[in-house]
Amino acid sequence: MQLSRRAFGATAIAGAVSLAAGRSRAAADKVKIGVLTDMSGSLSAVLGTGSVDGTRMAVEDFGGSAAGMPVEVVFADHQNKADVGSAIARRWLDQDGVDVITDLGNSAVAIASQSIVKEKNKIIIISGASSSDLTGKFCNPNSFHWGYDTYMFSAGLASELTLQGGNTWFFLTADYAFGHALETDATRKVEELGGKVLGRARYPINTLDMASLLLQAQTSGAKVIGLVASGDDLERFIKQGNEFGIWRKQKAAAFGLQLYNVMSIGVESMQGIVHNSIFYWDRDDKSRDFGRRFWKRNSKPPSEAHAIAYSAATQYLKAVRAAGTKDTATLLKVMHELPVDDLVTPGGKVRVDGRLIRPTWLLEVKPKDQIKEGWDAFSVVREIPGEKAFRPLSESACPLVKL
Amino acid sequence: MEELLGIPVQALFGQILLGLINGSFYAILSLGLAIIFGLLNIINFTHGAQYMLGAFLAWMGLSYLGVGYWTALLIAPLLVGLTGIAIERLLLARLANVDHLYGFLLTYGIALVIQGLFRNYYGASALPYPVPAELRGGYDLGFMFLPTYRGWVVAISLAICLATWLLIEKTRLGSHLRAATEKPGLTEAFGINVPLLVTMTYGAGAALAAFAGVLAAPIYSVNPQMGADLIIVVFGVVVIGGMGSILGAIVTGFGLGLIEGLTKVFYAPASDIVIFVIMIVILLVRPAGLFGKA
Repeated sequence: MQLSRRAFGATAIAGAVSLAAGRSRAAADKVKIGVLTDMSGSLSAVLGTGSVDGTRMAVEDFGGSAAGMPVEVVFADHQNKADVGSAIARRWLDQDGVDVITDLGNSAVAIASQSIVKEKNKIIIISGASSSDLTGKFCNPNSFHWGYDTYMFSAGLASELTLQGGNTWFFLTADYAFGHALETDATRKVEELGGKVLGRARYPINTLDMASLLLQAQTSGAKVIGLVASGDDLERFIKQGNEFGIWRKQKAAAFGLQLYNVMSIGVESMQGIVHNSIFYWDRDDKSRDFGRRFWKRNSKPPSEAHAIAYSAATQYLKAVRAAGTKDTATLLKVMHELPVDDLVTPGGKVRVDGRLIRPTWLLEVKPKDQIKEGWDAFSVVREIPGEKAFRPLSESACPLVKL
Repeated sequence: MEELLGIPVQALFGQILLGLINGSFYAILSLGLAIIFGLLNIINFTHGAQYMLGAFLAWMGLSYLGVGYWTALLIAPLLVGLTGIAIERLLLARLANVDHLYGFLLTYGIALVIQGLFRNYYGASALPYPVPAELRGGYDLGFMFLPTYRGWVVAISLAICLATWLLIEKTRLGSHLRAATEKPGLTEAFGINVPLLVTMTYGAGAALAAFAGVLAAPIYSVNPQMGADLIIVVFGVVVIGGMGSILGAIVTGFGLGLIEGLTKVFYAPASDIVIFVIMIVILLVRPAGLFGKA
């Protein structure tokens, strides 16, 4: 008994010493970026290893160090579960000396991690999740939203199509928080511009057969069918709508469409489909520079979120370099003041609610004979300035705005 | 326009046809499951992975070797059938005399391994597979536009279901099979090689799954998760039809496709649970399933 108690004490002390040593070493002279992402689930194609590599590319562009401190990238799989994600975030911040968490694709994980990061007074830059609530009711001073959001998806596209004459709509909406939020935002835009919503159907995610739903939308006679879907569901909507000849008479509004979706569906069935995007690798010289380097390393061009992960890490490291320290309060101040301008994000500025205000682009899928390299699937219809692309502060539910 | 139950009659026709199209996948998949269960008494959880394998083989054939759809429709089921035979001989046969739970765990484990491997090498995003040139386009039926390929899926599924049913109910081989299902010991005593029948049956079941996979590739695209998404519903279909009942699997496959499609019209959010609600009701009222022997 006596012995085991002594052994226990010794172990505890040894453990505490090693922990303390580990912490002090990590905290003293290293910048640690934690990429919290989906490594194996349904989002792993547009996030996953690509987000990790995008982040590594940013670090390499800084020569591997900022303000004299070496930079290290760590990553983990949140498995699209908020509890798994928060446990990792806590461990990273408490024990592993992580200074900033990025990616966070999956809004549930992002929302859970946001409050943990605030509690531990570190920094979070969300580059992979899309709920506009992240800078709405869940906003906090330690949190930044760098990537696409549901407001941007809906507002840009809904206004564009309504103005083009698509004044009657039918929504096919994914039956969960993301879908409901996007449908509400889009409905408001359509009605503001004098359009009318003729009906809606809400479907459970991971539905295989979309034809029954599409046929309802067809029967409604609406000029535009709003596809409030993502990933596989969105791909099935477009593919099956094409099969049943729906898109010959009605227009598809593919909110949340990404380059990888287009490649999965096949470009020939998507010609002319328009969406509002935050990044396209073949847009200008800078984006091509990043895109081609990424392509070489990963055997395909970056997804939107991979590029945004690069931009998020770049801006964080710029802030560290400018501040010369990892002190959170100083860094937060610098992050809000420093203009954003990198290969992925031209002319950006962080707003008081943490939202990065930056231009987005209305993209259209090219005709097949104009596609030369396989992945150069889009042409730019128009640039949308940041002030128009994102939710104005006057409509924000973020408590920081009222201060 | 005339209306029935609050929707235009023409739209209703369209929905019924769509339901039948989806039902053909349920029918062909549950058919494979049913014959395996009937003879081996094993719930084949690898079925979804074998369906995915079929689709992937078609995709690989086209991308790496330039092998077209029609060849794939023959070769992929053959190859998957052969791996099925290997799985039965090397692994499942050893579990024949222990609790069914072991077979269940084994097939489930194999499914996880196969899916994991494909996700590792091909990633989670879907790979496109084109509709074969001969089956592009479609017909305007007045009440809806019917893509040729969907029409083909219904026709070939019905043909396969009918052929399987005839094979089992009307041929000598089929009578051996049915005998082996009822009384394996006695059948063996008559000089019929029951272990061989069992192996071939598992191979045929796996081949049916792969066949459905190739059929599905142009409609749903190809991804490692495609089988896992579908298989749960198919189990529901088999339970409702009656475990091991061939006719039950076919009829309920088409019937439930229909019901699921109509649910999307009347109350879409319930469309992913309607089959399970029916399953619960059937289990309460007729535990052996609609066509099962109690």
